[in-house]
Amino acid sequence: MKHLSEDDLVLYYYGERVPGVSAEEHLGSCAACRTSLESLRQTLDAMNSLAVPEPVENYETRVWQRVYPAIEAVEIRRRRWFDWMFGQRKWVLAGAMALIVMGAFMAGRISQKSQLKVAALSGQVRERILMVAVGEHLERSQMILIELANNETKGLVDISEQQVLAEDLVNENRLYRQVALKSGDKSVSNLLDELERVLLDIAHSPSKLDSAEFDDIRRRIEAEGILFKIRVVGSNLKARERGRVRQGQSKSL
Amino acid sequence: MEQSDATAVAQVRAGNPDAFRVLVERHSRHVFRLTFRMTGNEHDAEDMVQETFLRAYRQLHRFDGRASFGTWVYRIATNCSLDLIRARKRREVQQPQVADEEGKEMAAAAVANDPTPERLAYSGELQELLRAALEQLSPMERTAFVLRHYEGMCIEDISRALGVHAGAAKHSVFRAVQKLRRALEPVMGPAK
Repeated sequence: MKHLSEDDLVLYYYGERVPGVSAEEHLGSCAACRTSLESLRQTLDAMNSLAVPEPVENYETRVWQRVYPAIEAVEIRRRRWFDWMFGQRKWVLAGAMALIVMGAFMAGRISQKSQLKVAALSGQVRERILMVAVGEHLERSQMILIELANNETKGLVDISEQQVLAEDLVNENRLYRQVALKSGDKSVSNLLDELERVLLDIAHSPSKLDSAEFDDIRRRIEAEGILFKIRVVGSNLKARERGRVRQGQSKSL
Repeated sequence: MEQSDATAVAQVRAGNPDAFRVLVERHSRHVFRLTFRMTGNEHDAEDMVQETFLRAYRQLHRFDGRASFGTWVYRIATNCSLDLIRARKRREVQQPQVADEEGKEMAAAAVANDPTPERLAYSGELQELLRAALEQLSPMERTAFVLRHYEGMCIEDISRALGVHAGAAKHSVFRAVQKLRRALEPVMGPAK
């Protein structure tokens, strides 16, 4: 008769399914396995006597009093970030509006030509708006990574501020990556994919790191070479944009 | 009437951070028990409670309501504590001799004077021995064991909480039990 293994007994003790055998049935007829189970039960039951100190009276209120200032700080930073973003978005929106007006103007001028050309133009306009937005997104991400890389590493390093920013950037990043993927821009979508992992890494780290942990994050950023890639793709986007502007000017002449 | 977790979450999302207080006050004791068992000391456990709620607040936009808020916040507490004990292990690796010697002395002190389980059960020595035994587990083993043994989570839920395959979660529990049995052999007798 094949006896139950220690792992089987552990599963049985915790009420989990023991694969391949009916543990209950086997234990009913096997004294050796019953002894093994009893020995295991003694050890695991002993673990139940590990005491947990009872928190002080009003513990819940005290926790809230300690957490609240940090929550307030998060809210203040979020508001600042939102104000800054809104300021930036105003310009992006203004640019987008200008491009749409320009597109409409161009469409009007060439209205005699086929509808297909107008569609192609609006596609180009959309791509230009996306490229401007991605360029700005990369610049903001670069700022956070540089800030982290240049942080002082004496004692505990508080990266909570960068974490809030990283969390916000993760959501934007995901959106831009999907759009870049759909439009077949591999270099941009690959970079955004890598950047997303780094941003998630930062967002999910503990807020206060000792110097070894902080160096670890810094090493991971450096190992990915992400800052270099951001610079390269960022400057490619700018070059593409400059090329388009020049092309547009030469056409209008 | 008592406000539900879902209502409090909705209020925080609508821009009322004070509503988060209900959630902190409702779940902080349970989170403390979990973080204490994970970290093994009161000071770290307190820190992890704060870190958990702060992280929960910052990530509330990701809470999709499929699980209860309690389950979600315990998962955050598990990950916060796991990060801490991993960092602690890394630091211990840098000074292995001191940590090992301390562990051995503690275990030796706990089992000195021909102790019997009955005697130890009513003394602080068993507590020390149990803590020392838990300290010998790797961060993943300790987490899986705490979630299975104290929190009563099934293997599937543990694997989801830790983001690992069910097989890996199961083996972490098995290894943890093996190590605990070895560590407690002096008082519990050899495994039969």
